[in-house]
Amino acid sequence: MTALLELRDVGFAYPAVASRRARPFALAGLSFSVAHGEIVGVIGPNSAGKTTLIRLVTRVVAPAAGDIALDGRPLRRWDPAALARRIAVVPQGVPPQFPFTVEELVLMGRYPHGPGRYFESATDVAAARAAMAATGVLELAALQLESLSGGERQRAVVARALAQEPRLLILDEPTAHLDLRYQAESAALLKRLNREQGLTILLVSHDLNLASEVCDRLLLMAEGRLVAVGAPDAVLEESALGAVFGCEVTVEKSPTTRRPVVQLTWRV
Amino acid sequence: MTPARRLWLVLGLLATALVVVAAGALFLGSAALSPRAVLSAVTGRAAAESVESVVTLSIRLPRIAVAALAGGALAVAGVAFQALTRNPLAEPSVLGISGGAAFGVVMGQSVGLGLTALEAVGLTAFAFAGALLAAGAVYLIAAAGRGLQIQTLLLAGVIVGIFFSAAITVVISLLDFNRLGGVIHWLLGNLAPVPAGSLGIFAVLAAAGFGLVVTYARELNLLALGEEPAQQLGVNAERLKLAIFGGAALLTASVVAFAGPIGFVGLIVPHALRMLLGPDNRLLVPASAVGGAVFLLVADTVARNIIAPAELSVGVITSFCGAPFFIYLLRTRYRVNL
Repeated sequence: MTALLELRDVGFAYPAVASRRARPFALAGLSFSVAHGEIVGVIGPNSAGKTTLIRLVTRVVAPAAGDIALDGRPLRRWDPAALARRIAVVPQGVPPQFPFTVEELVLMGRYPHGPGRYFESATDVAAARAAMAATGVLELAALQLESLSGGERQRAVVARALAQEPRLLILDEPTAHLDLRYQAESAALLKRLNREQGLTILLVSHDLNLASEVCDRLLLMAEGRLVAVGAPDAVLEESALGAVFGCEVTVEKSPTTRRPVVQLTWRV
Repeated sequence: MTPARRLWLVLGLLATALVVVAAGALFLGSAALSPRAVLSAVTGRAAAESVESVVTLSIRLPRIAVAALAGGALAVAGVAFQALTRNPLAEPSVLGISGGAAFGVVMGQSVGLGLTALEAVGLTAFAFAGALLAAGAVYLIAAAGRGLQIQTLLLAGVIVGIFFSAAITVVISLLDFNRLGGVIHWLLGNLAPVPAGSLGIFAVLAAAGFGLVVTYARELNLLALGEEPAQQLGVNAERLKLAIFGGAALLTASVVAFAGPIGFVGLIVPHALRMLLGPDNRLLVPASAVGGAVFLLVADTVARNIIAPAELSVGVITSFCGAPFFIYLLRTRYRVNL
């Protein structure tokens, strides 16, 4: 069976002017694949290339070298709407001054299913309601997004992505602005979507412990390269993490799930 | 209620209001005509050369048409610029784009273009070029910072507007002094009857601009998510920006060419409708077309009658309404510290 997503020797560099960095940033020699139904985590320090990876996979930018294939077909040959019916992205947070209601936001996720339509069809409305039900925001449908708590907002944004009925869900730092309770809720929600709907998930996160708990496999990136790939047990390893992040960490086993738990060794 | 039914209901109500206001405008004016005289002119019972026929059919009716077209076009341009820049205070005159178009028109007039049908096309082309020039300048100034911040964009618009009004002054100073009065009257936003052929061209240009904007109304909603998320939903962001930008510039340019740079319509009308209808551009764009027509027609009728037999420019009325409204929006809705 072909992998859902496959990257072969992908390279990319931002133009020197646009990147505004002291050192030019580049991705190089990136190869990995994501199988159907897998939850894969992408971890690594700031400017490891995680966000660029999302932009490459969603064709916001094109690779300078190598190939990206979705369902065995080169990404560049996908129609934009067809691509958006396969891959949905949950971005970091919501833009400021977003005046729409939860339902209006979730209905935006239906755009790739009928880009020529002026108003959404009855099918679109049903799909949006199903997506809101799946993330538990159906009762918030008529509320403005700006009036919700951080956790509710996050679930509304995930519902918008689910309304696309994608095969692959990509999340960019899903727990970045959430407190502990909402972090736990998000992790449980992702597990449930994967189990119940067979959704393949690519989770990009700074949160090593979230990735450890949720993911089947982890990709550890640093400075635009893939440093390690494998099960959380294999990748979340003290010396490798210490080298990549440039600090001392301890890795223990969670007493409840037996997954690795990473802790920073404070030297204050 | 489904959104489609809601749209038709809103359009029905606004269209009714437009008919009522247009009828009122037909009966009101500095020439003291009785309602009966107006009616006889409209129904064709009065002689073609009679005072009532000339005033009603050749002066008031074309002016009503110009006001309705200009108001609708400016309001739609306002919605388009607000969605495109994701800036609730964006508007053709605030962004300096009317100023650029006005400079284009003055340049066109300086080479002798007037408002006959063919010349009107040329004049609009000059206005369109001026609008593009101004928009390009605003974009370059504002994009030099990171992102298009609300304050930066507004400041850039104001600066470009000032620059173009200075440029207009230079051109006018070089012109024949006798024509100065007419140009100044036009610069204040002056609705005057336009010959039928030119009116047709105005209508076609405004319809084209409206068509471009309304075609992309759903995509404009998605743009509120940000450009990259919209792309990830399958929107061709470059094509969208080009179409909206072109459509809004065309709407602004045609209004400036045929009626002068009338300010704030694109701010007042979309915001008033947004308070009633919510943020959905699929409702706002068509509703603004009709709502803008109603608003400018009311403003022009006031301008024609308030100091009769003399006349105010309609731009004066819209600015008197628009400036306080702008401050109100800044202070309450967007909490920008002045």
